[in-house]
Amino acid sequence: MKPSNSATFNAPVRYGLQVCVYAGFALLIGYFSQAPAYLPIAEGAAQIKFSFAHGGKPKGGCRDRTTAELDALAANMRKAQLCSRERVPVVVSFDLDGKTVFADSLPPSGLRGDGPSHMYEKFNVPAGRHDVSLRLRNSIRAEGWDYHTQATIELKPGQILAIDFDPGNGGFVLSSSSSGG
Amino acid sequence: MWLEGLFDNIFGVRWNPMYCLGGLGFFYFWIVAVSGFYVYAFFDTGLTEAYDSVEQLTRDQWYLGGVMRSLHRYASDALVIMMVLHMIREFAFDHYRGPRFFSWITGVPMTWLVIAAGITGYWLVWDQLAQYIAIGSAEWLDWLPIFGEPIARNFMQHTSLDDRFFTLLIFLHIAVPLILLLVMWIHLQRVAYARWKPSRGLSVGTFAMLTVLSLVFPAVSHSPADLDRVPQVLNLDWYFLFVFPLIDEWGAATLWVVSFGLTFALMALPWLPPRRKLAAAVVDLDNCNGCTRCANDCPFGAIMMMPRTDGLPFDRQAVVDENVCVSCGICVGACPTAMPFRRRSDLIPGIDLPGLTAATLRDKIHAASAKMSGDGRVLVIGCDHGINSKKLTAENRVVIGLPCAAMLPPSYIDYVLSKGLADGVAVAGCRSGECQYRLGPEWSEDRFEGRRDPHLRKRVPRERLSRLWMAPTEWLHARHALDEFQAGLKAATTPAGLSDLVDEASANVRAPHPNTDEVQS
Repeated sequence: MKPSNSATFNAPVRYGLQVCVYAGFALLIGYFSQAPAYLPIAEGAAQIKFSFAHGGKPKGGCRDRTTAELDALAANMRKAQLCSRERVPVVVSFDLDGKTVFADSLPPSGLRGDGPSHMYEKFNVPAGRHDVSLRLRNSIRAEGWDYHTQATIELKPGQILAIDFDPGNGGFVLSSSSSGG
Repeated sequence: MWLEGLFDNIFGVRWNPMYCLGGLGFFYFWIVAVSGFYVYAFFDTGLTEAYDSVEQLTRDQWYLGGVMRSLHRYASDALVIMMVLHMIREFAFDHYRGPRFFSWITGVPMTWLVIAAGITGYWLVWDQLAQYIAIGSAEWLDWLPIFGEPIARNFMQHTSLDDRFFTLLIFLHIAVPLILLLVMWIHLQRVAYARWKPSRGLSVGTFAMLTVLSLVFPAVSHSPADLDRVPQVLNLDWYFLFVFPLIDEWGAATLWVVSFGLTFALMALPWLPPRRKLAAAVVDLDNCNGCTRCANDCPFGAIMMMPRTDGLPFDRQAVVDENVCVSCGICVGACPTAMPFRRRSDLIPGIDLPGLTAATLRDKIHAASAKMSGDGRVLVIGCDHGINSKKLTAENRVVIGLPCAAMLPPSYIDYVLSKGLADGVAVAGCRSGECQYRLGPEWSEDRFEGRRDPHLRKRVPRERLSRLWMAPTEWLHARHALDEFQAGLKAATTPAGLSDLVDEASANVRAPHPNTDEVQS
């Protein structure tokens, strides 16, 4: 006696029900493979991405090598200055519309603290006009700033403003295309 | 269980998808692999070429390339569903602890690999969805203190990305599924007779379903990625990309804690608490002739056939791996020396369960028989994981529980009926596909039908044997079936008939194995 080992419906009903089960499964796959829709950012908002990788000045400062020291080095190693390996932390502050939204002292990377300091932050902001003030200190001094940039920007909905730091380019670099929204 | 019962009625046992969730997962994996190779043949690894090539495939070659792309997506989604259902089912049926821990803990990392394979695939399209998840993945990974410069900086501007990015992505999207395949293979290492592929009917049905879905509802891309704009509305594939809204909502740190916490909790589940370990099967070499039946029937490959060590004139002997043995007793049911007719020697089969020996089982049968009298006596051999034995007992109906119904050697049924210990025997085990030890109902049926050694002898009157393969939830159905069986026996049983039957049975008894010194009853 094998009461439950075989399908009990007759063939047409069975195949009809199988189609229903397959259709239900297909619906489950098809629906959640692209719905419900998701809004990663509020409607009408824009985004500011603030990120850089920058090495602070050597912590112990630098001095010029003596002639004797230079002579003792191989020709390809004769760098005029001798600097300490460890770098100072990079201190950074970001004010948006008069409010500080990010301020941190970023330690140098690497086991010996000789790598660049880096950060990555993003801020969702309402589209429109914004005042941006950026400050950065990468030297030994304890007070004041080595770089300071102030700007007023106009962001359209969905537009991204990227803020990077490049001392070779004068400090903070603000870039965004005008095709936002 | 009710769903499985319903699907039994709709699909039949062989086509029931609930009994083949892992096998369906494998099947979907192969669909993803084959469709992936096709899509890859047309894929261009470049910053703008990637998107254009996928679009071209989807639009210009919708009848094949588009279908392949859609199959690639939908089969991946189906794989995630199968994976989750498979885990839930194995947990619900307590198939994750004890010696089965290995399959469980190798299954958990697969969830990470499947999700990772899916995410890297979505990156490749390089549309706005890809942009969102690429940045989301980078930000999530950046939280870990193992990277130098933030990976997310690569997506600050268009100029920071180049074509090599897509070469890396392609490598990841092929490497991760290959690792997944390896882990899938490891996952099955402790499972004998693994159902790694669904039945043909189920394969055809589910493939047709995916193809129709692909034609009716083809997978399409979003607009091309634009790193100067935040994607506004995204149609996420929630099966794979659910993590990204969670990152937005909870933050990277919380999601790492939750993900790792959940993973470790799942990995630790087999020991929270551990399964009560029953004594593993033991081999008695004096009664083992190395016939291999126990090794062939063990659902977990816990028995190996090794060269003989005791000098007896047989090539091999059975050796039990205690760490893998689940103490189901299926090996005892397969052993031809588990012969209850023995009189001249103790009933010690070649392989036995210390917790419930073949001799104890015979004693239990005698004790149960003594409790019954008159016509229509039914001895029910039940499974401890199936229907509660109390629900099957009735007047003149006694239940003896076994770890698995397939522990019952067919000769015991012969013994009960030929000795007149009962008028009928009912074997009540788990529904096929729900067996705690995977193969109990199949092996029992095969033995009863003469398809698998040891056979139930032809002389055993089949009308006095009832087989009930049912879920615990079907106990009422089982009870009614037993009532009918018992009533039928009562109507058919006459003292003269029984006497004839016993005489006939006695005349036909013969030794099934050289080591048994069975006597004729």
